[in-house]
Amino acid sequence: MLRRSFNVLMLSAALAAGTFSAAFAQDPVRIGVSASKTGPLAGGASGVLWPNIKLWAEKVNKAGGLKVGDQMRPIEIVEYDDKSSPEEAVKNIQRLATQDQVDLIIPPYSTGLNLATAPLIAKYGYPQVVSTGNANDLDQFVKRWPNTFWLLGPAQGIADGIVGTLKDLRDAGKIGNRVAVVNVSDAFGLEMIKTGKPALKQAGFDIVYETSYPLGNQDVAPVIASAKAANPDAFIAYSYPPDTFALTEQAQLQKLDVKAFFVSVGGNLDGYGKRFGAAANGVLIMGGVNASDPVFQAYRKEHLAVTGQEADWWASPVAYASLEILQQAVEHVGSLDKQALNKEIQSGTFKTVIGDIHFENNINNNNWTVGQWSDGVVHGVRATGNIQGAQPPVLKPAWPSN
Amino acid sequence: MMNIPRNELLALGAGLAGAAVLAFLPLVTEGFWLSLSVNIMLYAAICTAWALFSGPTYLVSLASAAFFGVGTYSVAIFIDVLPFPALILIAVVAGALLATLVGLATLRLSGVYFVIFTLGLAELLGQIVTWVQTNFGGTIGLYVFTDFTETHLYWMLLALTVVVFVTGWLINRSRLGLALRIIGNDEAVARHVGVDTARTRVILFAVSGAFIAVAGAIMAPRYGYITPDAAFNPMTSFLVVIMALLGGTRRLWGPLVGVVPFTVVMDFISGHFPNQTAVIMGLAFLAIVYVLPDGVTGQLETLFRRRRSIDKSLPATTAEEGR
Amino acid sequence: MLILLTGLLLGGTYTLIALGLTLQYGVARIMNLANGETLVAACFVTFWLYTGFGIDPLLGLLVIGPGAFVVNWLIYTWLMQPLVKRASNRGMLEVDSILATFGLLFLFQGLMLQAFGGSYFNYEFLAQPFSIMGNSFGLNRVVAFVAAAVIATGLYVFLYHTDRGTAVRAVAVDPRAARLVAIDVRKTAAFAFALGGAITACAGTLLSTFYTFNTSMGVIFTMKALIIVIMGGVGDVRGAVLAALVLGVTETLVASLLDPGLTLAANYALFIVVLLFRPQGIFGKRPA
Repeated sequence: MLRRSFNVLMLSAALAAGTFSAAFAQDPVRIGVSASKTGPLAGGASGVLWPNIKLWAEKVNKAGGLKVGDQMRPIEIVEYDDKSSPEEAVKNIQRLATQDQVDLIIPPYSTGLNLATAPLIAKYGYPQVVSTGNANDLDQFVKRWPNTFWLLGPAQGIADGIVGTLKDLRDAGKIGNRVAVVNVSDAFGLEMIKTGKPALKQAGFDIVYETSYPLGNQDVAPVIASAKAANPDAFIAYSYPPDTFALTEQAQLQKLDVKAFFVSVGGNLDGYGKRFGAAANGVLIMGGVNASDPVFQAYRKEHLAVTGQEADWWASPVAYASLEILQQAVEHVGSLDKQALNKEIQSGTFKTVIGDIHFENNINNNNWTVGQWSDGVVHGVRATGNIQGAQPPVLKPAWPSN
Repeated sequence: MMNIPRNELLALGAGLAGAAVLAFLPLVTEGFWLSLSVNIMLYAAICTAWALFSGPTYLVSLASAAFFGVGTYSVAIFIDVLPFPALILIAVVAGALLATLVGLATLRLSGVYFVIFTLGLAELLGQIVTWVQTNFGGTIGLYVFTDFTETHLYWMLLALTVVVFVTGWLINRSRLGLALRIIGNDEAVARHVGVDTARTRVILFAVSGAFIAVAGAIMAPRYGYITPDAAFNPMTSFLVVIMALLGGTRRLWGPLVGVVPFTVVMDFISGHFPNQTAVIMGLAFLAIVYVLPDGVTGQLETLFRRRRSIDKSLPATTAEEGR
Repeated sequence: MLILLTGLLLGGTYTLIALGLTLQYGVARIMNLANGETLVAACFVTFWLYTGFGIDPLLGLLVIGPGAFVVNWLIYTWLMQPLVKRASNRGMLEVDSILATFGLLFLFQGLMLQAFGGSYFNYEFLAQPFSIMGNSFGLNRVVAFVAAAVIATGLYVFLYHTDRGTAVRAVAVDPRAARLVAIDVRKTAAFAFALGGAITACAGTLLSTFYTFNTSMGVIFTMKALIIVIMGGVGDVRGAVLAALVLGVTETLVASLLDPGLTLAANYALFIVVLLFRPQGIFGKRPA
């Protein structure tokens, strides 16, 4: 009774295909999602996770469905809002597992909610392919819950990326030794600064200014002013969307001209490039993509066409890849047996929009860590593991005066 | 204490019997219904604890999230070094202490200031915790690994709810309860007859805060990973107020009457209309305000009173006389 | 000097946020928890007008202000007046209005979610450096500050130098006594509520030129506004302006000299100090 099916996607796809093919006579594969539609996490989830689920479901159904063994079965998304709260998330997972009895689960958005729901998802045996969260002690976590898979890799890799880029630039004699580093004081910012700061010191950088500011604070004029007073060569911000925009705008206004300007989450949004236009040129961001890869370019086009919004330059393709991994695992295994799926994801290799993915101890160690804006496009300039296609970073030109 | 009226004894017995029956729930169901029951039980405990203070004093406290978070953090910080029962004790102390401090600072003042201050308290604590962790602690998220299942959480919350009810009943029968009723009816009168209004309120606030902190402590294992935004989520405070007011706060069991339908209906809405939850919740809310002004219990009592309208001698403590 | 100027600009922003609520809460006696949602809704409408139709946000004010006035007037007469009528004392009205506006909060949020989704929005408008005494500031913030000053001054002149304004103040002080001197309390309260809503919406329009916003952000603004309103004394425009400026400067001081992580703590410290020493607000008179 407490069931609710979301056939709309499926139906529209079927109608678009022009006919109900034989495939649709099959029982649909039910795939459950619990993620944020309201609350503080909704901003990120509706930019990254929800559109990709829509895109994926539509694409799979257009192609005739999900191949389970020798059957082509349509997929049906059962979705719930977790209101950005762990209580709701836990309850939703229970509902998906025991009431809706879905075949697969797409895990929630954010590190916190993924960690909170992991015990339950593990209890019911579903693979949990996390595309929107990471933490420092993932090994410990994976040992406890071997059905969790971490596409973004450990937090260390991401935080250290920019340090490596700066080190390369300095060793080439292009920038000096003085770094200003700021972070937003929430779970993400602290994880980042915790590994980023020692890495900076170890690389021999001189941290001339460092501070943190509260989440949601958009009045960062004092932060930029103090950073500027310290006269740094490079500026690193482990930041979130609202403050990423605010920091960039203030840096531009106050002419904080550094040779390397780095922002984190938010800098990867397509809106960032649109908002700052030419001023964004040379800005370094967290994450990145191989922008010249035709597979990625095709994905971007589809994303815009189906969801009406642009994919971002880091997280969107990763979120999409997590769905492709689920899909291919089912195809490889030939059934929806959860244990077999977990095994396959642990050992298999998957062709995704971000390249070939293979998990080592449930963690993906091949990730873009730094990208750089250039004329409305982000090019990956640094990655962990063996990702190809990185471009050499360029020094940031002075902020244009408008 | 000696002359307990028979109907109260009956109610007490019925309550305990009901609790005993509810304790068997996990044997019948696990999975979704159990999780829903954990949520119901959680809010039953918190709302009743909230009403212990806000019911008789008419002061709307929005500090529930702050107490809840304090309890959660009591567990998160010490989980690796102390056994769980000790953590509950820490939560009790921390919750009571916080309530006492806040109470001393604001309860001497009139209602509005108290409301606003408590509204910001959770946010403030969240930021302080964040700041401390940034500058001294290193990571901001704390893992809480236990072997508790939903069944354990359910039993603990059920036990807590029973304790809250018993405490509430004892308070009503004590000098403290009498003092509270006098303050609730007329603060000036209370002061004239020698009731220390501020002290009475602070004590009660501390009791209420300690219980809410314990609820937070019990829920910590379910979170698994404690961050300030989750532990000090201001939504908790609002939900508690809404549910308690929906039920009505003039009876000890009032909040309970609000919690159960609210949680079930909200769950139905978010299950069936995941994309329209906010709109429907908003409309439901407005409906409650306009249709059930005195809460469910108030409505029941009005019905009851209308039937016996001849009996004018009934000491009906209506809101109009409340102040 | 830089700190002081930055702080004053921030204070201007806070003034905008708080002025609407002080009218709604102080005069109409409605503690409007949906205040922040009104503000965010105005952000969205401004965004929509600007990016969709190329309507300048400053021109947008001319549409959004009156629009919000009408909407809020309707909200007051349809939704709030029944509560006012049935409440027998101020405490009851407070509880009822908290509950009702909490419902409105969700309703507004849900509607915005349907219309715009949950993502972050912003746009570029007047993001040029503007130099004051050798320090450069965002022109959009300076414009917002000037607008705040204009609105606050206008409101002050209206309240203290016109008959209608005096009536509004009289209702704020004592609705019952106001009725005795032939003031239509109901109409005045509705007018104050609507005016408050309109000012809040204008604040949203101005804020959207330099803030990144999304559907879920309203409550942040409501909180800020409530603190300022209480500090300044409920219903007191001068107090709200002063409190907002003090808060802006304090926050900037703390952020620049101590630690940006402590701004909120500073907020509350200030709030407690005011509560303890002047519980009636900065300009408030102690009730007899």
